[in-house]
Amino acid sequence: MPGYTDPGFDTLALHAGAAPDPATGARAVPIHLTTSFVFESSDHAAALFNLERAGHVYSRISNPTNAVLEQRVAALENGIGAIATASGQAALHLSIATLMGAGSHIVASTALYGGSQNLLHYTLRRFGIDTTFVKPGDIDGWRAAIRPNTRLLFGETVGNPGLDVLDIPTVSAIAHEAGLPLLVDSTLTSPYLMRPLDLGADIIYHSATKFLSGHGTVIGGIVVDGGSFDWDRSGKFAELTTPYEGFHDMVFSNESTVGAFLLRARREGLRDFGASMSPHTAWLILQGIETLPLRMERHMSNTAKVVEFLAAHPFVARVGHPLLASHPSHALAQKLLPKGAGSVFSFDLRGDREQGKKFIETLKLFSHLANVGDCRSLVIHPASTTHFRMSDEALAAGGITQGTIRLSIGLEDPNDLIDDLKRALKAAEKAGA
Amino acid sequence: MELTVNGHKTFCYTGGKSFDPAKPTVVFVHGVLNDHSVWILQTRYFAHHGWNVLAVDLPGHCRSEGDPPATVEEGADFVLALLDAAGVRQAALVGHSFGSLIALEAAARAPQRVTQLVLVGTAFPMKVSPALLDSSLNAPMKAIDMVNVFSHSMLAPPPSALGPGTWLYGGSRALMRRVLTSNPRVNVFHRGFSACDSYAGGEQAMDKVSCPVLFILGRRDAMTLPKAAEPLQRTARQGRTVLVEGGHQMMTEAPDETLAALKGFLKP
Repeated sequence: MPGYTDPGFDTLALHAGAAPDPATGARAVPIHLTTSFVFESSDHAAALFNLERAGHVYSRISNPTNAVLEQRVAALENGIGAIATASGQAALHLSIATLMGAGSHIVASTALYGGSQNLLHYTLRRFGIDTTFVKPGDIDGWRAAIRPNTRLLFGETVGNPGLDVLDIPTVSAIAHEAGLPLLVDSTLTSPYLMRPLDLGADIIYHSATKFLSGHGTVIGGIVVDGGSFDWDRSGKFAELTTPYEGFHDMVFSNESTVGAFLLRARREGLRDFGASMSPHTAWLILQGIETLPLRMERHMSNTAKVVEFLAAHPFVARVGHPLLASHPSHALAQKLLPKGAGSVFSFDLRGDREQGKKFIETLKLFSHLANVGDCRSLVIHPASTTHFRMSDEALAAGGITQGTIRLSIGLEDPNDLIDDLKRALKAAEKAGA
Repeated sequence: MELTVNGHKTFCYTGGKSFDPAKPTVVFVHGVLNDHSVWILQTRYFAHHGWNVLAVDLPGHCRSEGDPPATVEEGADFVLALLDAAGVRQAALVGHSFGSLIALEAAARAPQRVTQLVLVGTAFPMKVSPALLDSSLNAPMKAIDMVNVFSHSMLAPPPSALGPGTWLYGGSRALMRRVLTSNPRVNVFHRGFSACDSYAGGEQAMDKVSCPVLFILGRRDAMTLPKAAEPLQRTARQGRTVLVEGGHQMMTEAPDETLAALKGFLKP
């Protein structure tokens, strides 16, 4: 039972959305691996299809296990509700496809995950949605890039992998002045480090594959609506404010004053695009979230020690973490991310490409793979992997060079991580001799 | 649909169906810092099962123009004027919290026009603590957080207003913030709470009510405790009560139970 204040983060991470199962008494969340749900009667069936009553019909649209995950992440993010999706990319696509169609325009940060950059720069253009990219810290650039057909501003809490911190209060104010929402990818910070909705963002999403899951086991995404954006007042979102022939002529903003986006995203987006999450995946992500506060605390303390070590190492040219005063986002991170700016960051070796290769191959504890946010420490060379489709110019705009190495700091003993890095740096240095 | 009531544009959600003068009408009246959307999981059902639904945004709330009611009596007069504007001679009235007092007073003022009365999350007297009244005026965002916590009773609600995945704490808070900011001239939070606090005519009003009355009360309601409805329950001549497993926002915390209680009571 809640007290006089909102339930705390650690409590919500364990309890939001989940009560003992009324049918069996099971305390842990049951995995409802079923495609469909039996109707009580013909009237009940019709009422569910017509949104007269709330409930589950078919697991592409909703599922009880997924609903626990959705409530839990919405609770942790201070949102009004959420939709679990097949991946973080599915969450981004669902958000965009719910808000706009061909002829629309997006203003997005240059400091994006490579997959998001691909979607905006190549794929969505094929469907008539254009994007202008601006550097996350170029405040005038955000404002100048807005066009009459712009429908969304989009950035990441901290850009991957340069960790440029998005000034969400400022960028959201620019968006709102123009009657537009701000969508934020919150993957790298998780709600433990930052709640973008509290800072002015309107919709956020996660690749739940990363810190929410936390164990490198499943692919998943989730979209959370803050319920703060007034679609009617904006006047730019007929998708949400006029009758939709594809769903009972429903005017979503009439049905829900604050939840029109989620209503359409589920009723159209999951129905038609179908990028839903498996209940088994939802369950594994829920297991991860139960320890999210504990893990994030350890991620942050380990990261601080590794950053300190690397910053003092003579073979390291640059460490790109806002913990350091030299990082361009240091001051903003202190303000917006007081608990830490994440455990995924990059650094540059004082060496050539071959020495970088030697560094990665010498590491033993750090796993060389394409993921972040695992409980195990990870390493990758962005220019040849996650961001390989990007031109040198686009890479530079994202703060990436050919020599950049990205780390994702895990939960191991920090002394062991530092020993591993020390050994690999020595080997890389020798390889250049 | 939009009606003109007392010269002001008034929004009524009709549950996805057009208004049909041949059908019986049920009017839903929301509480403080709420609007029509709190009734979605009750109104849409009735609209598709033989009723006209008028789930109104009270004056000065969200989509409705006009001065927000400063007293329960003003709210009651508005509801009767709404019936006139819709051309409805008789209707069932369903009110929640502040809206329950408005519905009660309307039924007392025009007993011949009200066929059934449903009081959801009601209390009489509906006193508001001086500290909360003051906060609603001087620190409304903080007061919203407090009211929000008091209004909810569970961390794992069933599928609700937005379907599965709805987080009711967040949804209610967002709605209250939206309603508050929807009126830049009047603090509808403080005005509504003041109206609840100052209403003195509950028992006299109930004494004048001639139609059947249903009380829907939340077992876990910390805003209007179930026992706080007793003065009205004692006075109601044709009263019955249904307790549901929810807090003050039982329409969203216990949507099916609330709907079942309404379905069992409201007959054309």
